[in-house]
Amino acid sequence: MKLDIFKKRKKQLAIFWTGIIAVTLGSMIITGYDPVLGITSVPKAIIWACSNFYPNEKSLSRLPIILSKLRETVLLSIAATTTASILALLFSLLGSKTTSDNRIISTITRLIASVFRNVPDTVWAMVLLFSFGQNAMTGYFALFFTTFGVLTRAFIETIDEASGDSVEALKSTGASYFQIVSQAVIPSSTPQLISWVLFMLETNIRSSTLIGLLTGTGIGYTFSMYYKSMNYNAASLVVIAIVLSVFVIEFTSNYIRRVIL
Amino acid sequence: MTILEVSGLSKEYKGGTKALTNVSFSVKEGEFVSIIGPSGAGKSTLLRCINRMVDASEGDINFNGESVKEFKKKDLRNLRTKIGMIFQHYNLVNRLSVVENVLHGRLGYKTTFEGILGIYKESEKKKAFDILNKLGLQEQAYKRCDQLSGGQKQRVGIARALIQDPKMILCDEPIASLDPNASKIIMDHLKNINTEMGITCIFNLHQVDVALRYSDRIIGINCGRVIFDGKPEDLTKNDVHNIYGSQVGELITD
Repeated sequence: MKLDIFKKRKKQLAIFWTGIIAVTLGSMIITGYDPVLGITSVPKAIIWACSNFYPNEKSLSRLPIILSKLRETVLLSIAATTTASILALLFSLLGSKTTSDNRIISTITRLIASVFRNVPDTVWAMVLLFSFGQNAMTGYFALFFTTFGVLTRAFIETIDEASGDSVEALKSTGASYFQIVSQAVIPSSTPQLISWVLFMLETNIRSSTLIGLLTGTGIGYTFSMYYKSMNYNAASLVVIAIVLSVFVIEFTSNYIRRVIL
Repeated sequence: MTILEVSGLSKEYKGGTKALTNVSFSVKEGEFVSIIGPSGAGKSTLLRCINRMVDASEGDINFNGESVKEFKKKDLRNLRTKIGMIFQHYNLVNRLSVVENVLHGRLGYKTTFEGILGIYKESEKKKAFDILNKLGLQEQAYKRCDQLSGGQKQRVGIARALIQDPKMILCDEPIASLDPNASKIIMDHLKNINTEMGITCIFNLHQVDVALRYSDRIIGINCGRVIFDGKPEDLTKNDVHNIYGSQVGELITD
């Protein structure tokens, strides 16, 4: 009997790898991708970047504009993340098994969150372009919707994980719903909740650049303007500014995490 | 005087699992009662039916002269303030300090607003410290609960129940996660509370020897039915085997 299990495992593994290889080869043939050409073009791209894609003296004069656009983008991401996390907290209290005893409301809440989460923020931006046009508002709502979806789901899991036992205890002392939420649920899950908000903040600052390309606002649009007008030196300055700001944000949020956990 | 009267209690969970079948017993004020039985016998369900953490399917529970079965929000909160509960896994809010956890026992008496903001009277705070003193936790009062040992955590659990001014305390396997030394400390504290303050105690226990040593009365449960109900000295080896559905020589206590 035991031997059979090992044979079965081997067979499953063989089928799995054959499948993966077949899919890879199939898509290479359909798209006409040549792996040799793909690899050999990498050095060429590096050489091009080194000879064109660097900030020079002239582009440095554009730094104030770039920085103000960057600030706009970062602030927009922060605004979208913080407002969405407040709404997500309310929804997660309704959706969590620990804090909600109405199963219908909890299911509906999870469903709403799942819809918002599963549509990528760039797609939200495309959809919202119709209602708000090329506008910072579009970017804000695109980030807001996905953040709300992701955080609701993450908060629900955090609350269920962190506070199940103490909720039972407080209920048995006669505490009311809102007392339980503020005295047991929030204190036990605060560090993880903050950690999730910081994570979404980092993600949003990265994706807001991309959304800016679509909505014609912020640092993303600045980059595409310089790039399309073949001002590669200024475009490279934009990239460096974005990378540096992402590093700073990541460093800060890691520091905050270390302190609160 | 009878403080608790359970009559014809049955509980069927969704999906058809029968946890309790026609359970009846009564508890006198100031009694120290142990409920023993194998895992999954329905001990925890029985305990939670008493303070309505679980709703029974059939039967009635009479606490302190009132039928609790139809209690709605406000009456239910009132009932729960009069019944303390202690848990196997202590169920504290680990990130809060010891004294904050103790004061949680007062929430049932507060308005929602006071409770949300955690506003406690000076007299309540003083009482919390008095209880912590009595339980030997005065030095831990400001520590966070995740820094405590298991035995200390359970003492915080007892303090949280005591500050409720309960008439009865329900203990769900209070010593199942503790070492023998801490177990004895906890059981002695609970016995003290029972004799000195006259608070009725109902225990779920796994340890037959502990039940024999501390309780005034033992109730044996198997498969959701009461198999034994009587004084510890009347509990024979045969009864124990009936309760645990085992043969002579199979139990560690034999």
